[in-house]
Amino acid sequence: MQNLLDLFQYSFFTNALLAGVLTSIVAGIAGTYIVARKIVFISGGITHASFGGIGLGYFLGINPFLGAAVFAIMAALGIEWTTSKANVREDSAIAMLWSLGMAIGIIFVFLTPGYAPNLMSFLFGNILTVSVQDILIMAVLALFVVAGIVVFYRPVLYMAFDEEYAKTSGLNVKILKYITSVFIALTIVMSIRIAGIILVLSLFTIPQAIAGIFTHDFKRMIYISVLFAFMGIMIGLIGSYYFNLPSGAIIIFTLISMWAILKSVVWLKNFRHQVV
Amino acid sequence: MESLVSLKGVFAGYSPQKSVLRNIDFEVVPNDFIGIIGPNGGGKSTLLKVILGLLQPQKGSLHYKWGDNNLHHIGYLPQVNTIDKVFPIKVLDVVLSGLMGKKQFLSRYTHKDKNRAIELLDFVGLQNFATKPIGQLSGGQMQRVFLCRAIINNPALLILDEPNTYVDKHFEAELYELLNKLNEEMAILLVSHDIGTISSIVKTIACVNENLHYHKTNKISPELLKTYNCPIELITHGHVPHRVLHNH
Repeated sequence: MQNLLDLFQYSFFTNALLAGVLTSIVAGIAGTYIVARKIVFISGGITHASFGGIGLGYFLGINPFLGAAVFAIMAALGIEWTTSKANVREDSAIAMLWSLGMAIGIIFVFLTPGYAPNLMSFLFGNILTVSVQDILIMAVLALFVVAGIVVFYRPVLYMAFDEEYAKTSGLNVKILKYITSVFIALTIVMSIRIAGIILVLSLFTIPQAIAGIFTHDFKRMIYISVLFAFMGIMIGLIGSYYFNLPSGAIIIFTLISMWAILKSVVWLKNFRHQVV
Repeated sequence: MESLVSLKGVFAGYSPQKSVLRNIDFEVVPNDFIGIIGPNGGGKSTLLKVILGLLQPQKGSLHYKWGDNNLHHIGYLPQVNTIDKVFPIKVLDVVLSGLMGKKQFLSRYTHKDKNRAIELLDFVGLQNFATKPIGQLSGGQMQRVFLCRAIINNPALLILDEPNTYVDKHFEAELYELLNKLNEEMAILLVSHDIGTISSIVKTIACVNENLHYHKTNKISPELLKTYNCPIELITHGHVPHRVLHNH
């Protein structure tokens, strides 16, 4: 226990802790929307397209996350735009963007002279290298996401539930969808810091799957998701420190284990209930 | 009487080359109860989409009594199969979402709103389901919830798309009684493939098959339908019910 408390003396640990809190909040909110609207695949496309921006950022010598944010927003708006036009198969469009982003990214990484030292942390994340500047950016985004969902809770919920009906009651679904897409793109890019491009989507879906065991209410699902995302990130963080393993992978592993345990407990309970 | 909605010379469709609806003139006045029939692919849904403001007409004019941006005067019951049945939302919230058009973003639901929603759920026999997730309901129950959502706003015009698809026989009679009562306060458009039912509860009939033919009566006969080029599924449905064929 003393060892654990000692960890707080290190600034990298307190940074990681803060990043964990902020990431859980945004991933809990955005993830609930993603899961409820069944746009996990779209979000996967956005995530992987952002790798193009990371590669470009390397190549131009600017912050790779700035590049990632630009690419992610373009991908999100692009998908929303193409799907609003008929005659484009949504899943095919996403798959193309998905691989195009990865292709652009890897080409630029190869074109950049020298070795790309942080490539692994972009792919798999590293919560232990989060800087104070990162945390400030995360905090600003988290503030916008929380304010956004508080103010626009009902329009967002009703649009996600029944888009056509929302339109008939005069809601400007088009604009609202574009805005939420941009926020989702930014939230994903921000969380890439924690879990990397390959693993990040689990932060937006596994906590929601766990929450789905306990509730079928959108708002509660957000609260429970935030809680479990935070628990997963914390356990992953401590585990990765002690076992010297990549944090992103440990976080995902922890979350899936929690889901499996809780799911089996519920299953066993129901099973016994049926037998008795 | 001033019409609630009027369409004049409307063409509508999904690709510029091809119109599903051609040269439609249609008018809904207060207290109308119009049954909309027609073959599949004949344009029933397209007509609803135009009236609901979901689809811009390619040609022609569309006028609402309340102006263009106040669609909350229309209550809408969509076909249940278009709804995501595992979405994490409570029944009460679904009903309250019918108030969305009138509410500002930050204004909370009042007690009055909630009581009204519960009253409506009570009326359709679902008072015990208010806090249940929508996914736990059967198709018929869901349809009743969506009916509550459509009428909580006291719309001037109620549009129902195949409302009796899943509704069980027990509730069907109650549903029609309810619609008759609602009709005293609002105009109703009802789309159905069930001609027998439709002609027994509506006042007038519109047949949509690319064009629109309006019958100022609720009595339909195969001959009449043939004259108006309205090939509805008479063959698969057998004869049109006896009571409909006879003059009253």
